[in-house]
Amino acid sequence: MRLVSLVPVGTKIDFMRFRKIAGVLSLVFVVASAGLFFVKGLNFGIDFRGGILMEIRAPQAADMAKLRTTLTGLKLGEVQLQEFGQPTDVLIRIERQPGGEKGQQIAVERAKAALGDEVSYRRTEFVGPKVGGELIEAGITAVLLALAAMLVYIWFRFEWQFGVGAVAALLHDVVLTIGIFSLLGLEFNLSTVAAILTIAGYSINDTVVVYDRVRENLRKFKQMSIYDLLNLSINGTLSRTLLTSVTTLIALGALYFFGGEVIKGFSFAMIWGVVVGTYSSIFIAVPLLVYMKLRRSGLIVGDDTESSPTGNPADQG
Amino acid sequence: MVYFAKWKMVLVAIVALMGVLFAFPNTLSEEDAASLPGWLPNQQMNLGLDLQGGSHLLLEVDVASVLDQRRQALVDSVRDGLRRGSSRIGYRRLGIRENCVGFELRREEDSERTSLALRKLEPNTFEPLYEVSNDGLSYTVCNTEAGRREILASAIEQSIEIVRRRIDELGTREPTIQRQGADRILVQVPGLDDPERLKALIGTTAKMTFHLLDRDNSAAQACGSGRRRPAGTMCLPSTDERDGNENPIMYLVKRRVMVDGENLVDAQATFQDGQAVVSFRFDAVGARRFGDVTRKNVGQPFAIVLDKKVISAPVIREPILGGNGVISGSFNVQSAQDLALLLRAGALPAPLTVLEERTVGAELGADSIAAGKFASILSIVLVIVFMAAAYGMFGLMADVALALNIVLIAAVLSMLQATLTLPGIAGIVLTIGMAVDANVLIFERIREEERNGRTPISAVDSGYQRALTTIIDANITTLIAAILLFQFGSGPIKGFAVTLAIGLLTSMFTAIMVTRLMVVTWLHRARPKKLPI
Repeated sequence: MRLVSLVPVGTKIDFMRFRKIAGVLSLVFVVASAGLFFVKGLNFGIDFRGGILMEIRAPQAADMAKLRTTLTGLKLGEVQLQEFGQPTDVLIRIERQPGGEKGQQIAVERAKAALGDEVSYRRTEFVGPKVGGELIEAGITAVLLALAAMLVYIWFRFEWQFGVGAVAALLHDVVLTIGIFSLLGLEFNLSTVAAILTIAGYSINDTVVVYDRVRENLRKFKQMSIYDLLNLSINGTLSRTLLTSVTTLIALGALYFFGGEVIKGFSFAMIWGVVVGTYSSIFIAVPLLVYMKLRRSGLIVGDDTESSPTGNPADQG
Repeated sequence: MVYFAKWKMVLVAIVALMGVLFAFPNTLSEEDAASLPGWLPNQQMNLGLDLQGGSHLLLEVDVASVLDQRRQALVDSVRDGLRRGSSRIGYRRLGIRENCVGFELRREEDSERTSLALRKLEPNTFEPLYEVSNDGLSYTVCNTEAGRREILASAIEQSIEIVRRRIDELGTREPTIQRQGADRILVQVPGLDDPERLKALIGTTAKMTFHLLDRDNSAAQACGSGRRRPAGTMCLPSTDERDGNENPIMYLVKRRVMVDGENLVDAQATFQDGQAVVSFRFDAVGARRFGDVTRKNVGQPFAIVLDKKVISAPVIREPILGGNGVISGSFNVQSAQDLALLLRAGALPAPLTVLEERTVGAELGADSIAAGKFASILSIVLVIVFMAAAYGMFGLMADVALALNIVLIAAVLSMLQATLTLPGIAGIVLTIGMAVDANVLIFERIREEERNGRTPISAVDSGYQRALTTIIDANITTLIAAILLFQFGSGPIKGFAVTLAIGLLTSMFTAIMVTRLMVVTWLHRARPKKLPI
């Protein structure tokens, strides 16, 4: 009946054996991401940096060299041009202009005058310095509050060790996402922040599912070593972890390839986040529990829904 | 025991029916949806500006300028107050001191009358708007905190009202104009072909006044740099007359406002001798003053000043008594129409600055919708096929739930009149991927329970029970992210948060209730020995 099977029934992969390699690998990636962030920095979009963004469509394939000459001739500082989706469409970014809010508006008018009436303006955005600063603040606040709220929730539902593990995995995912944006020089804007928050939600979601199983198994198999128990839990939820990742990736893939240029950066961040999030919940979040003393008693949160014995001797203990 | 309460079945049926009813209008054209019979829901989803095209402008009221004007007005009222009594109160050095108005009394014996006169400045309000303090003979009148709040609040309300009138005059449909924070106004105008015109209209204060010119001194001499202007005059540039060096021509204008644009009741663009001009009409007060001034100053130039620039300064040929007049200048049809519009709508209490603009053309909006639609449908189809392949018949049941989930998202969005944005579509696509998660959790659990030797019915029962806490834990964490996004996000991001949150809730409902209903019904009918999972 089952046509595809991503994971064979009853896997017994020793995931925990990879915990050191995975740990080192992740540490390297995290440090590299942080390094990239501090050395290379992020390609902040106008949402945060202020400035002007215009998407134009020329009647025929746009002559980038000519456009560049026209726009640099205006002496508006740094001007970036980028083909956007198709040869007729060009994305123009102009750095933040001096002269506060008014300066941006004047620059928009000058750029439009220089480009003339032949091109059509698909999008015009400018963000003044005041709003840019506020958007950064709101973005950082949102991410920090989300992390804190999730930590509290996990702490409340599980034990503190799980909260720490989940947030460590989550931070790992967020840092790696920032790292890839820095590495590839992708534009980091408001929708990237939205993507990061969603990645955070997804990452925790993934981790919670495995942790739920750990908690259940802790109650069920009181004699089993933590090492084996964690392995058992990962294997038990492996099929679900992969299946959900695959369906989410399918949906995001459709969005990335066919959802239009405007949303491409957002979809890319999400795809990356899902891949990294799946990896981290298996190789980071769970193995971390080994290093923190898990208490076997006092974990009974919520009612035990055991309705019939499973025939496991550990159940009687 | 696998048991599904009757009321739950009824609930599922009702929700599904309501979902279809509320989602249905979205499949129709706008006109068809509007013509649906009244007992049917006919609201369609609201499309965000990034999907239907339009302009989003964040404006800021120039607070400093508002307070400055009000202090200037306070100077005038203090002066009036001190002069009003039967015998004048002697004062000197009346003027603005930092944030307050100050003056010095000449005679000590006037201090009592002064307090009385200053008290009369205050209309009856709950909280005092002014605060008077004195140090011997030197007095200061300051706005209290409540007074400042009051001034700003009324300036912002008035600005919103004027902006609304101006945009309404443009004839665009359904603009959103709302206050944001202490001193900001958010303007969202869908479907606009000329955002620059909108910005120009909003960015103009449009304070019009009529002044006499100072004919005793030459403007060229008085307005040179470093020269002293004669008392009671000011130098104002012309709007569009230029001298040989492309600098605007300067006018030496008497400060005193002879007639104020506030008294205008109507303004229209018309033609005079083949030239575009703006004709206007005053109310009774304005007409009388305009009549007086023009009668007394025949032969004199009369400057029409808009936002500290002289539009033109025609010579008064004869008294204008009817309260009707014409502003000529170098207008084209569009600029004459715009000026007429601004004069009709009234002046802003203070200049507005555009802090942020986001304009999307209708063309890009349509492209985004098309791309979003295609990506959504494709992802639905792919996920449906994948689920069927992975779980067979159970997968098909999950697919039915997924379809219903999409319908419910559309229904809730239409019902709440929430705005669908491009990131919002991304939220829906993401939910499509994640919505099946709850079902995957349940199915995997059932499969496992069956492997552990349970009968099909018992496996299904405990599969659902065990997966439930996991589903709730996992979804609440994502919901937390969505709520924070909504709180801190702006515009389109909010749209993403809304669809994500709605999608999470509807997917929990469909997984826990709808697929379960199907699975249980099937179990009772087929009574299988083994689950096809």
